[in-house]
Formats: sequence, structure tokens, C-alpha cells
Amino acid sequence: MRSLWAAVMLTGIYSFLGASWMLILDAPDVAFTEAAVGAGLSTVLMLSTLALTGTTMKKQATSTLLPLVVVSLTGLALIYGTADMPYFGDPTAPAHQHLMPEFMADTVPSIHEAAGHHAETGVGVDNVVTAVLASYRGYDTLGETVVILTAGIGVLLILGGEKRFSSFFADLSLRDVPSMRHRAILRVATKLLIPYILLFALYVQFHGDYGPGGGFQAGVIFAAALILYGLVFGLRATLKVAPPSVVETLVALGVLLYAGTGVATMLLGGNFLDYSVLEHPLLPGVLPHGQHLGILLVELGVGITVAAVMITIFFAFVGREHPR
Amino acid sequence: MFGIATAAILVTMCLALVRAALGPTVFDRILALNMFGTKTVLLIAVFGFLTRRPDFLDLALLYALMNFIGVIALLRFSRYGLFGESELEQRTG
Amino acid sequence: MALMVDIVSWICIVAGSFFAVVGGIGIVRLPDFYTRMHGGAITDTMGAGLILLGLMFQAGLTLVTVKLVMILIFIFITSPTSCHALASSASINSSASINKDRSSYSDRRDSD
Repeated sequence: MRSLWAAVMLTGIYSFLGASWMLILDAPDVAFTEAAVGAGLSTVLMLSTLALTGTTMKKQATSTLLPLVVVSLTGLALIYGTADMPYFGDPTAPAHQHLMPEFMADTVPSIHEAAGHHAETGVGVDNVVTAVLASYRGYDTLGETVVILTAGIGVLLILGGEKRFSSFFADLSLRDVPSMRHRAILRVATKLLIPYILLFALYVQFHGDYGPGGGFQAGVIFAAALILYGLVFGLRATLKVAPPSVVETLVALGVLLYAGTGVATMLLGGNFLDYSVLEHPLLPGVLPHGQHLGILLVELGVGITVAAVMITIFFAFVGREHPR
Repeated sequence: MFGIATAAILVTMCLALVRAALGPTVFDRILALNMFGTKTVLLIAVFGFLTRRPDFLDLALLYALMNFIGVIALLRFSRYGLFGESELEQRTG
Repeated sequence: MALMVDIVSWICIVAGSFFAVVGGIGIVRLPDFYTRMHGGAITDTMGAGLILLGLMFQAGLTLVTVKLVMILIFIFITSPTSCHALASSASINSSASINKDRSSYSDRRDSD
């Protein structure tokens, strides 16, 4: 298959199928992120790349038989390896034995009380995935967020940042073209929808404690709203809404917030990212305290960085189109 | 009841895929893709009801959004789209 | 009362599935791009609306219904809009293949 269009669309469909498998396997958080990033954002970015490069692959110099054989052999080996694994969801599997009952009892409040623990010692959020991501393995998630930051910085270094926008007049908004009436419906519908998409992003962000959601997904949805605006109204209008200097500041701000929470807990006497020292609330009754406050701040940091990096990558890719 | 709905939606998705494979023009394929996306949203919603986990509705909403953005992006970035070459020739020519 | 709610939601879901399948058949068998668009998009939105309505009856007045209403409104706004965008871009770039498709349809009619 030589047409890159078809390849991109098939990749989008494949990401979507991957998300469905994850749903069936009872992992809605991962399915969420996969659907948002794979089926949505990656497809948009790859399509914007195709608009810059050609759309057919050059003829390959080597044969395609050898990679096919290697991939098939590896796949078969992996399938053979999984034949030995315990059944899905088996309670006697080793992964569920040693630390898992303690984690579960500590984390979910209902199991917490049933196990007779004192109410204040656990993490206390209902969504175990968020608890593990943001509290038990918070340091790893800080690493992931820094990786996203690095990706954004890499794109900025390679494709150029703010300076390019002024030199390339990259706006294809057809404000002064006679066939404008074709796009009126699209513009109105987009203007109608974008506030609600942003609201949905905020909902997913803060609902991550109780249901599928969290910082990564919310950041991607937020970026998707701005990218939608950019696709329909043109790059110049989007640059007015989200000026690159602000976006680039936000990229770093998110990671700063995350790491800053860790430093704050160190200053308050605990370990790095140990949220239990955030116990004493600043405004009792208004702000959550302890684990909830820690997870809130950390997820906020992740969401801000992910949204800003996605928007930056979009600007960098689309900003390179020369006016044809 | 949900079984009937799921079966019907799956059949429609297969038909849409047939059109996506056949369709002589690229617009047929994009149309089929759009229909596939909408049916997928329905499938997720019905599946959520089937397995009694209404958390899936967030995912359905997300996928509806991604479907929309995907089609708009396809139209924006392809030569055949709304911003296609014919219009640009009008503008610069 | 619960039985009536069940019956109504059954009717809605079955009707919605029927429309969805009809739309699918239409998109495969109709001769031209514009006719496929017409058949596909309209039945798509209608089928989606009915199925979601049926699911709403099943769920009762809970948060789940609110979310279903939001999905419904979203589909009602975006699905026709994207089909409109597609149709207008097809009309702008009316390439030879679409005309060829349409002329084959009129040929078939002429031979009646």
C-alpha cells in the first residue's frame, strides 16, 4: 500500500479499535487516553504533515518480505509467551497477591472501611487508576510529564517557534474569498460547540478522582477544542486566542506545578511528593486536604502541560505551510 | 434488547466499511468514515448499558468529538477539501 | 409503569436500529455520492437519536440521562455539520469521477 492517506486513516481506525479492546478489557482510563490521542490528535497531526509532504511513498529500496517475517516471528513468540499467563482477572494471579489487597484496602474508601482501617490513613479516592498514577507512583508520573515537556521542546527546536509565524503568513482563513458562504454553517456550529468542549475538558480533569479521566485526557480534550478552532477559523485567529508566548509559558508551568508540589511537601517535612503532610488545610472546609489536594494539584499540572504541548505541536506543524 | 441494537450497529459498521473500501471517490470514503464514527459512538453507549457501567458515556462523548475533528481535519488538509487548490487558485490567480 | 417504560424504550431502540441498518444498506447500494450522502447522513442522525432516546428511557432520570442528552445534542449538531462540509467541498471540487458516477445513473434511467 503506497498511499499515505489510506495509511493515516487506517492508523486512526486502528487506534480506535485499540481503544475498544481496552474498553472491553475493563480499562476505561486507558481507552479514554488512547481514543483521544490516537484516534483524534495523532490523526490530525499526521494529516497536517501529509499536507506538507507528498502523499505517496517512494518505492522502497529493500524488499518488504524480511520485516514481515521478523514481525510475524516476534508476534508468534509473544503469543506463545502469553499462553502461560494466568487467566484475565484471576484473583490468585501473582500480580494480585502480595501488595494488591493492601493497596486496594488503602485506596478505595468503601473497601477501606470494610477492612477496618482508620479512615484517615489511606488515599481515599475511588478511582484506583488515578490513585496509583498520582499518589503511589507520583514520581513516575512526574517523569512522564517531563517527557511530554521534552517532546514539546523538541518540536519547538526543530520546527521553530514564534518567529516563524510572523515570517510565514500561514493563514488560510478564507475571509476574503467569494465562496465563503459554504463555510458559514461550519463556523457557526464550531462557535456553538467550543465552550462546551472546554467545559467537558474541565469536567474530565476534575472528575478523574471518581471516574475515568484525569489530567492527560483533559489536557488532550482542551487542546482538541483549540485545534478545532484553528482548523475552522484559520491559524491567525487562533494565534490571537492562544498567543505562542502564553502557550509556551504554560508548557513549563504545568511541570513546575507538579514538581513544586513535591518540593512543597519536602519543605513541610515529608518526603518528595508525600501528600500526607498536606493534611492541614489552608481554608478548612473549602479546599480539600491531604491526598485529595495533592492529587488535585498534580493532575492540574499534568493537564496544563499536556494541553499546552499539544497546542504548541499543532502550531508548529500548521505554521509551516507556505501560502500556496 | 441491547443485543439487537448491538447487532444492528455492528452490521451497519460493516456496511460502512464496505463503502469505505469500494467508494470510487475520496468523498465516499470520508462519508463512510463519518458514519463509522457515529455508529461507534452508539456502540459504546449501548455497550455501556450492556455491561452496566455508565462511565463509558464519557468515552462516547469524546469519540463523537474526535470523529468531528477528524472529518474537519481531513477536509482541511486534503487537496479536495474546503481549502483546496481550486479555491486558492481563485484567490491568488 | 415500568413495563410501559420498557415497551417504549424497546420500540425506540428497535426503530433506531432499523434506521441505522437502512442507512448502512443505502450507503452501499445507492448509485451516486450525493444520494449516498443523503441516505447515509439522515438515517445516521435519526437512528442515533432514536437509539439514544431508548437508552434514556431505560436509564430514568439520573446523571446517565443527562450525559445521554449531551451526546444526543452533540451528534445532532456535529453530524449534519460535517456532512454539510463534506457535501460543499464535494460540490466545490466537482471532479470528473462524481460526474461520471451521476451520468451512469442517468444512463440507467434512460434505458428504462
